[in-house]
Amino acid sequence: MTLNSVVIVGAGQGGFQVAASLRQEGYQGAITLIGDEPGLPYQRPPLSKAYLLGKISATALLFRPMDFYTQQNIELVHDQVVAVDRNNRQVRLASGRAVPYDHLVLAMGAHNRPLLVPGADSRGVFGIKTKADADELAPLAKEARDVVVVGAGFVGLEFAAVAAANGATVHVLELGDRPMARAISREMSDLFRAAHEAWGVHFEFRQGIGQILIEGGKVSGVVTSEGKTLPADLVVYGIGVIPNVQLALEAGLDIDNGIKVDSNLLTSDAHISSLGDVASFPCLQNGQKLLRLESVQNAVDQGRAIAARLVGKPAPYTALPWFWTDQGNLKLQIAGLSMGYDSTVALGTPESGQLSVLCFRDSQLVAVESCNRPGDHMAARKILARPPRLTPAEAQVPGFELKAWEAANRD
Amino acid sequence: MPTLTFIEHNGTRHQIHGEVGQSVMQAATFAMLPGIQGDCGGACSCATCHAYVDEAWADRFPSATGTEDEMLDNVTERRANSRLSCQLVIEEGMDGLLIHLPASQY
Repeated sequence: MTLNSVVIVGAGQGGFQVAASLRQEGYQGAITLIGDEPGLPYQRPPLSKAYLLGKISATALLFRPMDFYTQQNIELVHDQVVAVDRNNRQVRLASGRAVPYDHLVLAMGAHNRPLLVPGADSRGVFGIKTKADADELAPLAKEARDVVVVGAGFVGLEFAAVAAANGATVHVLELGDRPMARAISREMSDLFRAAHEAWGVHFEFRQGIGQILIEGGKVSGVVTSEGKTLPADLVVYGIGVIPNVQLALEAGLDIDNGIKVDSNLLTSDAHISSLGDVASFPCLQNGQKLLRLESVQNAVDQGRAIAARLVGKPAPYTALPWFWTDQGNLKLQIAGLSMGYDSTVALGTPESGQLSVLCFRDSQLVAVESCNRPGDHMAARKILARPPRLTPAEAQVPGFELKAWEAANRD
Repeated sequence: MPTLTFIEHNGTRHQIHGEVGQSVMQAATFAMLPGIQGDCGGACSCATCHAYVDEAWADRFPSATGTEDEMLDNVTERRANSRLSCQLVIEEGMDGLLIHLPASQY
């Protein structure tokens, strides 16, 4: 089938990547990139850190300048897609326009899980998802004296580090018993807990938020689920995201914790692909079980894979997942998926702030978490991308180094 | 607006415009230069913007330290003038900056 028009719904990291990669692959047909935010497509990771601190400009957030879209003949549409008409292969926009497609890519991403407590809609309560959120939050974050962060995940802790650096008193409420529990090992959690505490952040574990206190239409404090009252002039929450599956659901596509795709990232309709935060894909590193990942790497690599398939170079998606977060002076980089790990080997020491935790499952390396040891991260990405896999016995030898092992075991 | 020249591994030359204050990586990706990916957007987290600063220009930038230095230790074919171009900020007087590209980012 000749491909003459590709329509991409969602102009975030994944949607943008499909458009850019299609042109890089030499595709010459129409590309329509539809986003519901104003302005040019931009990267989200700096919104909760570098951008909020004013370390990088709004221009530096952009994937590409306006000229790029003109020169590459990528039509950027600011509108909301209200329906996917699979029978007639077109999407309908809120403006009334219908855009026909030969192939449709669904890259709608996810939205923040809302804070469902009294007072959550008050001034001074923020989730961080869009540039508009960050622009509104930045001046308040500079002035805030008492900050409560709800959720000790990546975004919450990135913001906690920013707020502490700005001189605020920061409390972090977390239902679990350690930071980033869903994503990292206990050893690495402990390092981040100690670092945040050294920066002046107070953790309130096993506690959620019960109520937001309001004075004069503005946040004045929070009451935790345990009944503890904390003063607050700013509340920022990061309690997970919900994939934006509504359009796909209404179009009758298969959904399973996200838009269900096969190993080629095709949905249950052969004319529709999906990727990124919204897609649930059979993940090689998860034993081919369906997984939804919320990361830059996932969106970028899946975007490239879809573009390659659309120009006639199909290949099952197998890229190694990797992640990063920057908190204060700590850079945490994760290669692989640690779910279900049953043993660990540590390289470096928590006290030095330079630590890598090697996570093993059934004596096979499945993930490496590195804090301020970027060399380990890079070596781990190579090791995890292909066999042979490192064993705990090998890693426990005194003086063991990932980089040396990788070089010695390279094909 | 400084003009930057990139020379690919196969000798192909590209001239692009950069902005003062912008990173060399972003100038390259904005111009859709082949061979510089910058997947992480400039957070010094991915090492897909590896490039060689021409010897004549190498001392115009503060040298690679810390994270960048360690990341570079793992790129394909590191040389003395290897840099992650997301960490190179274009300054006044850098018109004519010459950058060489590696054969591959992996």
